[in-house]
Amino acid sequence: MAADMRLPTIRKPVSLTASAFDRKDLVVPGDIITSDTGFMRGHGTYVDEEKLTASVAGEVQRVDKLICVRPLKTRFNGEVGDVVVGRITEVQQKRWKVETNSRLDSVLLLSAVNLPGGELRRRSAEDELTMREYLQEGDLISAEVQSVFSDGALSLHTRSLKYGKLGQGVLVQLSPSLIKRQKTHFHNLPCGASIILGNNGFVWLYPTPEQQEEEAGGFYTSLEPVSLSDREVISRLRNCLLALAAHKVLLYDTSVLYCYESSVHHQVKDILKPEVMEEIVMLTQQKLLEQEG
Amino acid sequence: MAAVQVSEAEKVYILHGIRDDLRVDGRGCEDYRHMEIETDVVSNTDGSAKVTLGHTAVLVGIKAEIGKPRPMVPDEGYLEFFVDCSANATPEFEGRGGEELGTELSNTLYKVFNNKHSVDLNSLCISAGEHCWVLYVDVLLLQCDGNLYDAISVAIKAALFNTKIPRVHISADDEGGKEIELSDDPYDCMRLNVENVPCIVTLCKVGHRHVVDATLQEKACSVASLIISVTHKGMVTCTRKVGGGSLDPESIFEMTEAGKRVGKALHAPLMKLLQQEESLGKKHQKVGFLG
Repeated sequence: MAADMRLPTIRKPVSLTASAFDRKDLVVPGDIITSDTGFMRGHGTYVDEEKLTASVAGEVQRVDKLICVRPLKTRFNGEVGDVVVGRITEVQQKRWKVETNSRLDSVLLLSAVNLPGGELRRRSAEDELTMREYLQEGDLISAEVQSVFSDGALSLHTRSLKYGKLGQGVLVQLSPSLIKRQKTHFHNLPCGASIILGNNGFVWLYPTPEQQEEEAGGFYTSLEPVSLSDREVISRLRNCLLALAAHKVLLYDTSVLYCYESSVHHQVKDILKPEVMEEIVMLTQQKLLEQEG
Repeated sequence: MAAVQVSEAEKVYILHGIRDDLRVDGRGCEDYRHMEIETDVVSNTDGSAKVTLGHTAVLVGIKAEIGKPRPMVPDEGYLEFFVDCSANATPEFEGRGGEELGTELSNTLYKVFNNKHSVDLNSLCISAGEHCWVLYVDVLLLQCDGNLYDAISVAIKAALFNTKIPRVHISADDEGGKEIELSDDPYDCMRLNVENVPCIVTLCKVGHRHVVDATLQEKACSVASLIISVTHKGMVTCTRKVGGGSLDPESIFEMTEAGKRVGKALHAPLMKLLQQEESLGKKHQKVGFLG
């Protein structure tokens, strides 16, 4: 019950690999990339007195004659096929606006969702009027990017049984650059919870459903109380995710699982203390290095 | 306060968790988040403190000026509060957006400190009826992540502890009036006794239970909260109910008892930390804002 009060100290992110200064391809805004005029300039660069200069902080990528700088901290730039977790912000005529941590709200068209019952039919006027019964403002969904509009807004779809409205669980909001691109973003972790690592930085933790439901569309959410043991696992995972994000560790199912295992000795609420975070992340990075080597 | 949107299913999850005494981040219902306190961070004030509670960051600066005492109480000084919600915290506070919240916070602070025991106002008097010290307490909200009242009250207590009021002495000048002289020595100053300064505890009612130090998500699930300011002896100086929902008298009593218990437990570690920081002296490297 006692409050944990202390004096602040400067903490550095834990890094077991070579220090960041050794990498030669990191630039900050204003750094000159090259003076050679033979290159084409891509995103994140500009020409200043015939020298190619970076306009964002990130790493330089070169593809033949094209040079671009990929920023390290940025809003989510979606590509076709990305899995995202988003929150409905508006219900409009025939579509929903979804917040996905990008520059513009993403769009979920009424024709891009599965109707309950799995029917395939033309959407009628009645469907339009009952949109709010399916998805309301504030609801969370998992979806896939179908296409990108010309202004950069994403068009999402939930036309698969694994996407749809999300039920009980915890949302963790992190930076999109920390999520590793993998074959699948839906994992059932052996510790007893499931995780959806959205490419947009939104990570959803939820209790593993007992049997896979066959209802299409996933619009039915169970409001049964979740058991205490599942809750503890989810809270621990949440704190581990925040610890990994604070030390800029790439997130994927293996790193999250190693972090969970390293944190078992500590109480769930202690994981967010700075020194415990450092210890856990250090152990996780060691395990990841061992696994690679 | 900045509000977050929460879905119905998330609300149910949070509600059931609080009922079982296991919140989303693993805390119990009466646990605080990690708190970091530092004093003397602003050099041109007489006392200052910065408090970080989870992601909520609050900066308090205190300036002492000589003014005229209030007519009803000629032998006491007084405190003036001003809360500024900076647009740093959330874009909603841009321009005049943060004014409403700021006035609500400062009005509550006036009520909390409006009693003889919190700060010894007699020690702020210079000459009765003519001159007294006025302490201008300015609060700046840097980041908003729930539980503003608690963070502000801890920061005010730390800043008052850190306040150094220069010693004055009054002499008669040529025309028979009084002249005030500040002592030349910059270290010759008076410190305030902050033993009785209260700390505010906010209890949010979620479902049938109450939580201390609610995050923005938990706040979105609660309909009413009780703000209670408690001194180190357990004396309550002010209670206030906020929020649109209703509280029945039994739960108010329960929440008050819990608030007293939690509030009383805040003071001892805070004083210990402040004294520890003081004893580290000038050599201790301040983290300030770049940590």
